[in-house]
Amino acid sequence: MFIIKCPYCGERDHTEFSYGGEAHIVRPKQPTELSDDQWAEYLFMRKNIKGLQYERWNHSHGCRQWFNVARDTSNDKIHLIYKMGENPPK
Amino acid sequence: MKNKYSIFSLIKNSFTYHENWQRAWRDPEPKKNYDVIIVGGGGHGLATAYYLAKEHNLKNIAVLEKGWIGGGNTGRNTTIIRSNYLWDASAGLYDHALKLWEGLSQELNYNVMFSQRGVMNLAHNLHDVRELKRRTHANRLNGIDCDWLDTKQVKEFCPIINCSPDIRYPVMGSTLQKRAGTARHDAVAWGYARGADSFGVDIIQNCEVTGIKRKGNNIEGVETTKGFIKTTKVGIVAAGHSSVLANMAGIRLPLESKPLQALVSEPIKPIIDTVVMSNAVHAYVSQSDKGELVIGAGTDAYISYTQKGTHEVIEGTLKAILELYPIFSRLKMLRQWGGIVDICPDASPIISKTSINGLYFNCGWGTGGFKATPGSGNLFAYTIAKNEPHKLNAAFNINRFISGDLVDEHGAAAVAH
Repeated sequence: MFIIKCPYCGERDHTEFSYGGEAHIVRPKQPTELSDDQWAEYLFMRKNIKGLQYERWNHSHGCRQWFNVARDTSNDKIHLIYKMGENPPK
Repeated sequence: MKNKYSIFSLIKNSFTYHENWQRAWRDPEPKKNYDVIIVGGGGHGLATAYYLAKEHNLKNIAVLEKGWIGGGNTGRNTTIIRSNYLWDASAGLYDHALKLWEGLSQELNYNVMFSQRGVMNLAHNLHDVRELKRRTHANRLNGIDCDWLDTKQVKEFCPIINCSPDIRYPVMGSTLQKRAGTARHDAVAWGYARGADSFGVDIIQNCEVTGIKRKGNNIEGVETTKGFIKTTKVGIVAAGHSSVLANMAGIRLPLESKPLQALVSEPIKPIIDTVVMSNAVHAYVSQSDKGELVIGAGTDAYISYTQKGTHEVIEGTLKAILELYPIFSRLKMLRQWGGIVDICPDASPIISKTSINGLYFNCGWGTGGFKATPGSGNLFAYTIAKNEPHKLNAAFNINRFISGDLVDEHGAAAVAH
């Protein structure tokens, strides 16, 4: 159980939000050129990190905006929140 | 050599106040070199080591466990055993396990308290009814026992279920697998540990794997908190931490690890003599031999390794439990816990070789691995020993995510992923 600070609405309980999975997975530019291996990588393979993960959340019971979160999956502590389209922090 | 457990050994040991029982397994230091190393000392890992030693005649085997054996998901699940899955591949896999459960206490000379008390899967809407009837037929075609009960028969079989048509999600029927039931989860880990140990398997606790050493495309050994151990074959059975170990070996898996919660009530007199599951409202309940109600809740929506889980998941489950069983309204819940489950996109497991020679994965059991423990270990041992899958786990290879030949069991998996 944790609090997420929506960049548009401020701090809310995480139950107001929907999880959108690993962030920065880019849809292939030319899907017709992809091999089955590359499709499997894109569709199914995940980092599933124990530690700092970049992920997407949606404020589904609020402003309905998407944004990115850097959260430590070993303790659910949120380190950074940044907007969609922005690059992950180094 | 292990002394056999029997009524006579019980009587004999009672004369010495049960102070002289033989140790069930040794506590060895790791050797420098093993033929096979199993990473993960849960039920699946210990069963794998047991069958490797027993059926494939391998003797130089170690099981490495970072905590204590059976302390992960083996000790955290709700102990439900059933095989009423939809597809042929799953039916083969889970019923293989169920058949092994039926003889397991005798096989291991260890009482795993396997109790075939039946498992019901309730239907709460028209779609549920169609889906569960379809599954009943599919099960029967695969030789798996399964009955369909209408609402009246549900009430007769389990009288405490609220079958009123006025509730929010009325009970419209149920499947019943009579061969299904429960077992004592700790005993399964301990029984396999004792069995494996008697064949000379080294069970090494408090030994965390911190690295997997490769030379080109071959396995050279594992780095652990107790030093480097040489081997050419590594079988990884690490449930929620599978991706962490895959990362050490430099491969990727299609898994997401999430907390799954369960809770138990204070002990009460016998009130429910079967297992009742309900996917639509997400509530399942059985009663342990101690009298506690064992209640399974859902997974959290996000990846986490915290072994906690959130309160609103429990709240949702208990709301459903109270509507289905008003009789439980004054019960106090005693304990709650979470385990980290590794969920595959198609809700089916992976028991497979990998692209690296000598590296094998048994993972992706997600929210329902306990029921498969004996079968999973048995087939994974075969896969490791022969370096090829048994026909029962051929469909559960990791390449199905490339070929697209998925085994979609979201309908039969207990917890909606």
